[in-house]
Amino acid sequence: MSAQGLNIDNAQELQELYRELILDHARSPRHFGKLPHATHSAEGINPLCGDKLKLYLDLDDAHTIRAACFEGSGCAISVASASLLTETIIGLSAKDALTWFTAVTTRLTCSDPVKQIATLDLGKLEALEGVRQFPSRVKCATLAWHALRSALQQRPAPVSTE
Amino acid sequence: MTQLGQNRKVTVAMRDYRQDFPALQQDVNGHPLVYLDSAASAQQPASVIDAMAQYARTHHANVHRGVHTLSHRATDAYEQARDKLREFINAKSRTEVVLTSGTTESINLVAQSFCRPRIGSDDRILITHLEHHSNIVPWQLVCEQTGAELLVAPMDSRGQLDLEKLYGLMTEKVKILAIAHVSNALGTINPLQEIIARAQGLDIPVLVDGAQGVPHMAIDVQELDCDFYAFSGHKMFGPTGTGVLYARESLLDAMPPYQGGGDMILEVSFAGTTYNDLPYKFEAGTPNIAGVIGLGAAVDYLQSVGLANIAEYEQQLLDDMTRRLADIDGIRLLGTAAHKASVQSFLLDDIHPHDLGTILDHQGVAIRTGHHCAMPVMDYFGVPGTARASLALYNNADDIDRLIDALEQARKLFA
Repeated sequence: MSAQGLNIDNAQELQELYRELILDHARSPRHFGKLPHATHSAEGINPLCGDKLKLYLDLDDAHTIRAACFEGSGCAISVASASLLTETIIGLSAKDALTWFTAVTTRLTCSDPVKQIATLDLGKLEALEGVRQFPSRVKCATLAWHALRSALQQRPAPVSTE
Repeated sequence: MTQLGQNRKVTVAMRDYRQDFPALQQDVNGHPLVYLDSAASAQQPASVIDAMAQYARTHHANVHRGVHTLSHRATDAYEQARDKLREFINAKSRTEVVLTSGTTESINLVAQSFCRPRIGSDDRILITHLEHHSNIVPWQLVCEQTGAELLVAPMDSRGQLDLEKLYGLMTEKVKILAIAHVSNALGTINPLQEIIARAQGLDIPVLVDGAQGVPHMAIDVQELDCDFYAFSGHKMFGPTGTGVLYARESLLDAMPPYQGGGDMILEVSFAGTTYNDLPYKFEAGTPNIAGVIGLGAAVDYLQSVGLANIAEYEQQLLDDMTRRLADIDGIRLLGTAAHKASVQSFLLDDIHPHDLGTILDHQGVAIRTGHHCAMPVMDYFGVPGTARASLALYNNADDIDRLIDALEQARKLFA
């Protein structure tokens, strides 16, 4: 799409941060809106930054995530991350979803290369890895995932990654 | 004369002041730094840095109480800075120049020491919609403490105060008007002389938040006729942790101390304590000696450049930047008052300000993004935040070129 037209010397890092997939999910976030029969929900707010989201989950009796939605506003990274999150977790068990939380947050924040490699194959979520070159934006990418953990563990207070 | 191109002549004779500022001589992310965030904090010239280093190397000692040589030198340098500041804002007397840690502390001092003892639940405190949080929250605290009501004078979509509504709110119940000289988010310069004259006519004391005023224009507190004027050192090319509260001597005399401790006393005993003379009554504890000396050097620097020159140069740069920003497809300018200092908030298409900030930073261009500690302003425009570019005397036409280019790249990336 658009990343090719850039006329900057070291555009590669920017292109990795704002990959097509990220821009697409930021512009057209999947599963965006309220979930009327949500069994679990959590808020994620980064007040200094302005990113705000609410994640809604519907779990069945066997703790499988039947549906997931989110609403809110924020930067492209936070919205894309939340959108990719909902795509990833629908159909998973709560336990597997929490494993993804650990995998994603470790991959995005961990500076230990050994620990890095040991995490799951992130699939589409690889697209978020570009944020590692932009430390001030990591919190944008991890906000939705912390909200996920909060929702699954039914923690009442809004979560922040600041 | 700096040529900016055919239609872009800056006619003020300004040499390139960039070279005076060590921090500007660096690359960021592989590009020469373009610093457009002076409204958040200005860079310091070498003379300021050197003054502080020199103090630390050769005459550091605690001030005011020592009999030894270093203490005298430190005290002289410190008090000399106070005298420079007095002259800088044309205060009548040095007793009216209280040294604080910044605008925020200055305003809190007035809120707690001047306002709080004098007001009750029937009274009002008047501020405006344009204010920075540091000129909102101290007043909210006083209202919580006393039961007084906070009134907010509205602004319009250009970021200008609605003067008629402001004047309408100035009743005899209003015990103080707290107002910004310049809006940090929108750049609006408030017509203070007119507003203060009106307030004085109604016996309403006025506090001016001058944080964004002092870097951009010459300040004359006697001419302004305000009761209090607060500003920060780090916004005027001095170090952080310094600032001034200018206040009329008669008011300071009548106010109880803000913080208790050493230096603000004459005598302490368990039977009772007497307070020091002005301005020391309001300066408890060991001050930021190095910082104040640095601030004095910043005053020297600004006066060597000339505030009138700075004001004129910045206006021309601002006009240039505003015009070029307005030419970008999809730009939305926030803060378009008729009289502005060199601050411009904007948004570009649907791009979130933080994404803009990251993309610009990646090209070496430093702007600020977010709510700029002015959430009510953001709420007014219905946005979570803006991107903000602010210009100072060390910026030039090349900086504006780089800003515009960087924004075009952002637009392409998100197109």
